[in-house]
Amino acid sequence: MAINDTCACSAQDEAAVRAALESFEHTRTNLIPILHEIQDRTGRITGWAMEQVAEALKMPLAEVWGTATFYTMFDIEGAAKHIVRVCDSPPCHITGSAAVLKAVQEELGIKPGEVTPDGMFGLEEVACLGLCGVAPVMLIDREVFGNLTPEMVPGIIAKFREEG
Amino acid sequence: MAFYRAHVLVCCGNTCSMRGGAALLQQLARLVEEKGLKDEVRVVETGCLGISEHGPAMVVYPEGVIYARVKAADLPEIVEEHLLKGRPVQRLMYRGPQAPKMEPETKVTYFGKQQKIVLRNCGIIDPRSIEEYIAVGGYQALGKALTEMTPMQVVEEVKKSGLRGRGGAAFPAALKWEAVADAPGREKVVVCNADEGEPGNFKDRLIMEGDPHSVIEAMAIAGYAVGARHGYVYIRGEYRQSVENFERAIAVAREMGLLGSNIFDSGFDFDITVYKGAGAYVCGEETALIESLEGHRGEPRLKPPFPVTHGLWGMPTLVNNVETLACVPPIISNGAYWFSGIGTEFSKGTKIFSPCGDVLLPGVIEAPFGITVREVLFDIAGGSRSGADIKAVLVGGPSGVMIGPESFDRKFAFEDLSPGAGALIVMDETRCAVDVVANCLKFFAHESCGQCVPCREGCKRVRDIVYGWTRGEGDELELDMVRRVGINMRLASRCGLGQFAPVALLSAMELFPEEFRAHVVDKRCPAGVCPMDSVVSVKEEQLSWQR
Repeated sequence: MAINDTCACSAQDEAAVRAALESFEHTRTNLIPILHEIQDRTGRITGWAMEQVAEALKMPLAEVWGTATFYTMFDIEGAAKHIVRVCDSPPCHITGSAAVLKAVQEELGIKPGEVTPDGMFGLEEVACLGLCGVAPVMLIDREVFGNLTPEMVPGIIAKFREEG
Repeated sequence: MAFYRAHVLVCCGNTCSMRGGAALLQQLARLVEEKGLKDEVRVVETGCLGISEHGPAMVVYPEGVIYARVKAADLPEIVEEHLLKGRPVQRLMYRGPQAPKMEPETKVTYFGKQQKIVLRNCGIIDPRSIEEYIAVGGYQALGKALTEMTPMQVVEEVKKSGLRGRGGAAFPAALKWEAVADAPGREKVVVCNADEGEPGNFKDRLIMEGDPHSVIEAMAIAGYAVGARHGYVYIRGEYRQSVENFERAIAVAREMGLLGSNIFDSGFDFDITVYKGAGAYVCGEETALIESLEGHRGEPRLKPPFPVTHGLWGMPTLVNNVETLACVPPIISNGAYWFSGIGTEFSKGTKIFSPCGDVLLPGVIEAPFGITVREVLFDIAGGSRSGADIKAVLVGGPSGVMIGPESFDRKFAFEDLSPGAGALIVMDETRCAVDVVANCLKFFAHESCGQCVPCREGCKRVRDIVYGWTRGEGDELELDMVRRVGINMRLASRCGLGQFAPVALLSAMELFPEEFRAHVVDKRCPAGVCPMDSVVSVKEEQLSWQR
């Protein structure tokens, strides 16, 4: 298999991927933990990173790709700095997630699955986050926002914009 | 050890943290110190009190006074009045309709009709402190099992207790334990299924955040009973705090010799590894979970062989839900007959429910089997939030049945109304059944692993058709067609996901036939929720394959 030795990403990301690989034993059962580690350290899993994983674990790239794309928490493109995840499972749906999602879409000017032109925000519509007691809910990166109303959305987004 | 005259437990569960619980904790600790109460009043971080939805919440012991929706500005008053002068701040006290004044010496029953077995320690102890868990009787059951009982006796005890799986399938726990114990093989494993993904369920998160040691203890007991030396906890990746609490708890248990080799000098070795899922609902299915643990796509296996004989890496594997396992230590400590005395004839013990949606007090509650839907919805959860009548409840989540008010006097029990995993998604009169069902189907179409045709194609087709109804598309023929597709999915799908995906739809169609007909035939949404923005002709093309 042809492997790119150098990464199109930053030297920092390249080091992070290598460090992630070093922190686990190279067995198949560790594939998902390794992908988690790469995602945590670099915010995404690039094709190049998958090639490194495939080589280290001595498995076909297609298998790594197949596994990584199966799980929704792995971000293959990962162009956005902040990921806004709006839940639209029944408990949130009943309590008004559609209006919240619409407000987020208007605020960011993008649809679910898209990234803002400045690369600041990505928007995803997700399934249950297990926070149904405070539905409707959204998650921005690791921060939870519950009991949402459409009016609350601009203020929350503004906070992340300011932080950059 | 210092003696504290009062303990303040601040909930730092996921939802309370979000509402500022963690910041309150710090500020409270500072105020207590400023007032010179540091040696008298102990401020403790604890797991969810079950009322996080009214968080941030805190409890002051020994009085057992609960404060809800506490703001930073309220803290000086609580410290000054209550902690210093001993006068509870009436205006901040939590008064759920079911919250009687708690007697400090009685078992904790904040809520009238609740009985807490699984959640007995949640909100009472600091989940980060193994000492507190031990102080309330923790690890005694493990000690008893290892030193006084044979593995067979442990299995027998679980069998006599009548414990059944709490993940939704209600399979008798002891049958699995027995099968794994009897299965040939040198190495066996115990897996705790903590991949809680069914929308509307958040009970396992509470147990893991609030009382991780009870699950660790249960896994060790299970390991001893079935002859396994290793356990895995598969926690859904979104539950970061559960993962953290669990990993910390395992490390501490290991340090204390409650995990590792030769536990209680019995010659029994057991250790646990935490494995983080990555966002796939289907991994809650036990064989998909095993595939995922092995590092593959989470695609369910064909059964048989069942995991009890051929599971993780082909080894006999015991897979139990978090709530099921958390029942085990009290069963061993108090005896099977104590447990089987709670609940109904065929459903023993308690069940955790998570009412949410259009209900006044969403949250997590625990009550004995045999409690009626009405008692849970009205006496405990406070009834409708808006004041509009409750129209229907989706019992167990999107994979469960939809029931109407005529079923509210049914009992939650496996022989009557099975509670599934415990979610109760409540809809009031203003909601549209077709809209909610369409949303459920969207969820399944997204989460289907795509391996078998009935589920992959069935979920998509049915979703498209029902979404069409919400837009004013479709005709009468589709009502029957969707029913037939649904029945085929129930019969032919490989795993529970596809088998249960059409249940909400089928039960809703039976419950509200007029509402469905209004959408499909009259092209109107009685609740006024659906957009109904499309024209009829679009459907012609999609119907052609059926003719």
